[in-house]
Amino acid sequence: MKILVCISNVPDTTAKISFSGDNTQFNTTGVQYILNPYDEIALARAIELTENGKGTVTVIHVGDINSEPTIRKALAIGADDAVRVNSAPRDAYFVSSQIAHYAKEKGFDLILTGRESIDYNGSQIAAMLGELLNIPSISIVKKIDIDGSKANVVREIEGGKEILNVSLPFVASCAEGVAEPKIPNMRGIMSARTKTLDVIEAVSVDELVKFTSYSVPAPRGSVTMLLDNEVEKLVNLLHTEAKVI
Amino acid sequence: MSVLVYVENAGGKFKKSTFEVVSYAAAVSKQLNTDLIAISIGNVEQSDLSNIGNYGAKKILNVSNDQLKTFVNQAYASIIAEAAKKESASVVILSNSFTGKGLSPRVAVKLGAGLVDAAVELPKIENNVFTVKRTAFSGKAFATVELTSAIKVIALNPNSYQINESNDVAVVENFAPELNDSDFGTMVSEIVRASDKIALPDAELVVSAGRGMKGPENWAMIEELAKTLGAATACSKPISDAGWRPHEEHVGQTGIAVSPNLYIAIGISGAIQHLAGVSSSKTIVVINKDPEAPFFKVADYGIVGDAFDVVPKLIDAVKAYKAHS
Ligand SMILES: Cc1cc2nc3c(=O)[nH]c(=O)nc-3n(C[C@H](O)[C@H](O)[C@H](O)COP(=O)(O)OP(=O)(O)OC[C@H]3O[C@@H](n4cnc5c(N)ncnc54)[C@H](O)[C@@H]3O)c2cc1C
Ligand SMILES: Nc1ncnc2c1ncn2[C@@H]1O[C@H](COP(=O)(O)O)[C@@H](O)[C@H]1O
Repeated sequence: MKILVCISNVPDTTAKISFSGDNTQFNTTGVQYILNPYDEIALARAIELTENGKGTVTVIHVGDINSEPTIRKALAIGADDAVRVNSAPRDAYFVSSQIAHYAKEKGFDLILTGRESIDYNGSQIAAMLGELLNIPSISIVKKIDIDGSKANVVREIEGGKEILNVSLPFVASCAEGVAEPKIPNMRGIMSARTKTLDVIEAVSVDELVKFTSYSVPAPRGSVTMLLDNEVEKLVNLLHTEAKVI
Repeated sequence: MSVLVYVENAGGKFKKSTFEVVSYAAAVSKQLNTDLIAISIGNVEQSDLSNIGNYGAKKILNVSNDQLKTFVNQAYASIIAEAAKKESASVVILSNSFTGKGLSPRVAVKLGAGLVDAAVELPKIENNVFTVKRTAFSGKAFATVELTSAIKVIALNPNSYQINESNDVAVVENFAPELNDSDFGTMVSEIVRASDKIALPDAELVVSAGRGMKGPENWAMIEELAKTLGAATACSKPISDAGWRPHEEHVGQTGIAVSPNLYIAIGISGAIQHLAGVSSSKTIVVINKDPEAPFFKVADYGIVGDAFDVVPKLIDAVKAYKAHS
């Protein structure tokens, strides 16, 4: 089985988010970049599904050379090889078009993404890829079991879950529950340096959306502190002041 | 020209997020001076269909067919795209629900349209420039996105637009677009719903608890407080990691982002990753025994105290309040 895992390079979860240049640019000064946490889960499941010679895992990333440490990390965790599309990831349609272009004739049985990237939070890539490749896509997946050419997939819905049957190939965006993230071991880190990382150039894609500016949420007003026996007062304030109950 | 809105149902019934998205779409159609058309797929009763008019749709296209009773991503996307073409829609609007997340990107690609998802406000349309504000960086920021394509797709975040109701009704029109076998790549074999509980992403009130609760055996009081308030329950990441609570309750940067009217955090420290998923809640109450807990910095109301003492008292106070109101 050949699996493709799409990985993104995102600001560390503790990063302070600020913008510069008239709020048009994300301020990357002092920001650590990491492998998107959901992509780690997707990668972990891909590795489980191909263990013991049952297949290969390729990771693909659309981004510039600065993302290479993240790609190497994915290789250290256990991906077999990697591809980088050498271009800034302009928007979700651009990124999915690049991945679809690469994947088209490669015969992947399964394409995994994270549920969303923690910077742009689009959750768009998996379904766009499915559409571009004309194969099924399942978003916000909590479980993937494969049996031959068929799969049993659980996806999240409001207040529950849906269990689906689907034939390979398909695309799934992975959420918590699909697998536990894997930590690279020493052997993985050593071998990651010699694994193949192909760099390919981007194809041109129509621009349909443009990120024009950013803002941060307005700070909250000050907190009203109550004593631990003032629960009636709290209930009263929630009713009369906050008007939420 | 028109605006098209997809009205999602769960088991044949429309949901709150559906009424939000129709109200939002009605406002967009006003901005553009055009009619709002809705499209429903699945088996929904006629009266529920025409009631979509209450929220501003003039007409509702009804695609009812047993093969489409449960969600089929590709088929639904094809139908919505066909409806958009038939109605010459310039804007297509969906909810950014779990289902919407799988659907809106496919609809956008089919229509060659730009997509803004996680939208939180009405578009701004000035001098032919069409921009929409969306959340970004896991709720730590907002991004303004310009849609430059002729057809535009917007996926609206749940709980971010006020429902507007009137007495108008919509004309129901049956619609039966042609589908291909390849549209049926996925088949739902089972739907499991925790029916007695309020779904977290839809919830207006949320009671959430963290490691301060010490162990899963102490969740009875959290459940009781939630039940008394009519709230959904949630938890911090270590709680679902430890298996004390199911994954679908985990909120935060790597869990679900919620924006309820009220978020009560009990025994949660307020780590930045947790706050990312809850900071857009309208009102935040924090109960924590540590006065230095970072959560107090983003709270509206705070109680420094032991949860094991405060929560039972709070349950009684809410019960007393409910008895009187
Ligand atoms: C990549 C990454 C992603 C993450 N994503 C998330 C995420 O999405 N969501 C998330 O929640 N976390 C996330 N985390 C974890 C996060 O950093 C924190 O570790 C976590 O939120 C802490 O959970 P907690 O507040 O329940 O526990 P703690 O930090 O241990 O806090 C427990 C709190 O309970 C209080 N307390 C103790 N006893 C009592 C009592 N009797 N009465 C009242 N209060 C009491 C304590 O004062 C303390 O403030 C992530 C971490 C990483 C590295
Ligand atoms: N630049 C990128 N290169 C490769 N894959 C990506 C990139 N950005 C996002 N993805 C994948 O798409 C998923 C969803 O991202 P998003 O649509 O941005 O929320 C991520 O979890 C990744 O799996």
